[in-house]
Amino acid sequence: MSPILSVSDLHVGFGRGAKAREVVRGVSFDLAAGETLAIVGESGSGKSVTALSINRLVDYGGGRITNGSIRLLRTDGKISELTEASEKELTRIRGGEIGMIFQEPMTSLNPVLTIGRQIEESFRLHRGLTGNQARAAAKDALDRVRIPDAERRLTYTPNQLSGGMLQRVMIAMALACNPRLLIADEPTTALDVTVQAQIMALLAELKRETGMSMIFITHDIGLVAGIADRVMVMQDGQAVEQGELGQILDHPKHPYTQHLLHAVPHFSGGNAARPDGQRERTAEPALKVDGLVVRYPLKGGWFGRPTGAVHAVDGVDFDLLPGETLAVVGESGSGKSTTARAVLGLVPATRGAFSMARRELVAGDSNLPVQMVFQNPYASLNPRLSVDSILAEPVIASGVRIDAAVRDRMKMLLKRVGLPENSLERYPHEFSGGQRQRLCIARALMLNPSVVVLDEAVSALDVSVQARVLELLIDLQKEYGLAYLFISHDMAVVERIAHRIAVIYAGQIVEIGDARSVLSAPRHPYTKKLIAAVPTIDRRHETFELDTRQVPSLVRPLGFEPPKARWMEYGPDHKVRAEA
Amino acid sequence: MMGFLRSIFAHPSGRIGGAIVAAYLLIAILGALGLTPYDPLMQFRIDRLHAPTVAYWMGTDLFGRDVASRLMKGIGQSFTVAFFSVAIATAAGTVLGLTTAWFGKRWDAILMRLMDVLLAFPAILLALLIVTVVGPGTWTSVAAIGIVYTPIFTRVVRGPALSLKSREFVDAARTFGSSRFYILTRHLLLNLVAPLTVQVTLALAWALLTEAGLSFLGLGTQPPAASLGLMLSDSRNLMESAPWLMIFPGITIMLSILGFNLLGDALRDILDPKTRRA
Repeated sequence: MSPILSVSDLHVGFGRGAKAREVVRGVSFDLAAGETLAIVGESGSGKSVTALSINRLVDYGGGRITNGSIRLLRTDGKISELTEASEKELTRIRGGEIGMIFQEPMTSLNPVLTIGRQIEESFRLHRGLTGNQARAAAKDALDRVRIPDAERRLTYTPNQLSGGMLQRVMIAMALACNPRLLIADEPTTALDVTVQAQIMALLAELKRETGMSMIFITHDIGLVAGIADRVMVMQDGQAVEQGELGQILDHPKHPYTQHLLHAVPHFSGGNAARPDGQRERTAEPALKVDGLVVRYPLKGGWFGRPTGAVHAVDGVDFDLLPGETLAVVGESGSGKSTTARAVLGLVPATRGAFSMARRELVAGDSNLPVQMVFQNPYASLNPRLSVDSILAEPVIASGVRIDAAVRDRMKMLLKRVGLPENSLERYPHEFSGGQRQRLCIARALMLNPSVVVLDEAVSALDVSVQARVLELLIDLQKEYGLAYLFISHDMAVVERIAHRIAVIYAGQIVEIGDARSVLSAPRHPYTKKLIAAVPTIDRRHETFELDTRQVPSLVRPLGFEPPKARWMEYGPDHKVRAEA
Repeated sequence: MMGFLRSIFAHPSGRIGGAIVAAYLLIAILGALGLTPYDPLMQFRIDRLHAPTVAYWMGTDLFGRDVASRLMKGIGQSFTVAFFSVAIATAAGTVLGLTTAWFGKRWDAILMRLMDVLLAFPAILLALLIVTVVGPGTWTSVAAIGIVYTPIFTRVVRGPALSLKSREFVDAARTFGSSRFYILTRHLLLNLVAPLTVQVTLALAWALLTEAGLSFLGLGTQPPAASLGLMLSDSRNLMESAPWLMIFPGITIMLSILGFNLLGDALRDILDPKTRRA
């Protein structure tokens, strides 16, 4: 059988003349009908550019195909050379024969049109349907991607739907004209882990139903296990290894593939939990949070009377010992970031008490023994300040003069986090994402805090960089006896760094305890669901059940108080909230 | 700094605009140092309304004063008013914009409505109003023009400041306990240097025009001192018999505004990372 798509020796470059840079350097692959090829690589490896070259969207980003051929087997049996196709022909092929879904469902849809209008659009353009016919077709398309209550949802605008729902809408639009090839560019990266599992299951099911081919682009090699037939690993614009799924995962040949499979955190159900750090209950906690409540009042009616409140965090207690990592896991909107921000005073706590152990500070005295490292290393450093000003800021804020001792500490910390000696005079844009995050860590350590809050601190980093930053964090913890409050949605990362885990759901802790115990024997139904949704190489043959339940609303009537939690103990350090 | 000048020179409209503005600055400095062909106030009675010649490059006016010398002084006068008024507008607008963005709520609501009211008047009309109330003169026109252009700077600063305020590096600064002043100056203001630079350049062109307008109406620079608007005003009745009296100040005003606008456009391209060429 001839392949539906055949790419050979593809070269794609950006820019012209002296500034020209080749991003894809000689990639070749064949894709048979009904087959799924996963392209795996880190950012900058050229995986997205390769995919965008197939439907020639790369032209709009300023790229040019400089060499090679892309042959597509058309529906009518002819073979088209896409590198030479006219724009008119390409318009027919895009959507009609090659569908595409993108990473960010929130920004891929027009916010002011109803989703019904937007789905009908592709039926009008490619199939010539009008009026009621188009509307009926749109409803069928939503039914196909298992959106409940499709008829009513057609009249919604994108802001009324969750990220997972929007990605379903995007898939429905991409599949509207029964394309024979679907290109999915990191379709689940922006989504929560349980939603990701649902989307992956949906894609696998749709592939079975329609027999279409698929190119699936991802940075997460764990994710491809459930869906791909073949895998291509890319690095620096070249395909370093490609082959059958089983062969790549079980017997990788290229060192980079081996590195991706071994150096990168993979979830293993508690087996990779940290062996160090036995909890001593007698120790004085570095941070103790007691009954934290954060509510945002909702105002309504004519005079702006309070009508209710959003209970973002509803009675959270935990304590954190020196040298210990407590990971707070949960999905977006669960209140985990709000908890962290309340501890730092960035959002006002409605109720609750904190106590923090004070410690002698090297660079003078500070009122804040808690420091924070943010998720996005590009947004959390002021681009106009040099590194020495950035590191000096916490010291200045604590009212200490910048003298030789402070500068020595800056140099020591830079060296300790693995940045070059001459970094002090440089600016943030001269550093890579991983280096910037190291810089943020150094900044947080300037005042020698006892607690560091890490809010998704490694989520924005490439997988292999992520692994190295995690190692650094663990080393620093051992060296300085730091306590980490580690906020994350990524179970594989949490497993590597946490001593204890708190699972937070709808603003409340539902399960808390020793990391190994929570991950290997989860007791609460939500924890079980969360852990079951983590894509792993070991569990690649298991299938997921589709679960389209939404997270419950956090809006409560005025004066609502949650019932007092009843806890059930499982083992010495593992307790679970009993559901009413 | 050298790199910055080089990138202005590399930009096509920056090269022209920069050259024009630099030439005007040079002329203004020469005028201020008294290095004019003649004393701008000296009246050569026998050479009244003399057409341009080798002796009088741009001719003489009704009182026999050398137009070229008066123009050099006038450029200096107009530029001084423009610079000081834009300095006032920049300083006031930056402070107001930063504080409205930072404190928000009632302060923001009241102040921005006030700015809306000021913006609702055409610039020259508002300046006229202020000058008529306070009385004409160089420094009242500086103050009037400064007030007129303050709302524009307030808006230019407030918008980006609002978005910078919610950036993570500001949150980070709060977690260190950085002072409000430190955050406002190092984190907000420093990131506003680029849009402010562009705005200052463009505002200089408007301020020049407004100053010329006020002087033309007799409310800015007072005779016998020279200013571009005043010279234009004096030429009105002699337009047919002595057209050079109108043509040279007119071209001078036009070119200066063209220069600042070209330079402003170039700065916008150079300083805005979105339009910066790779």
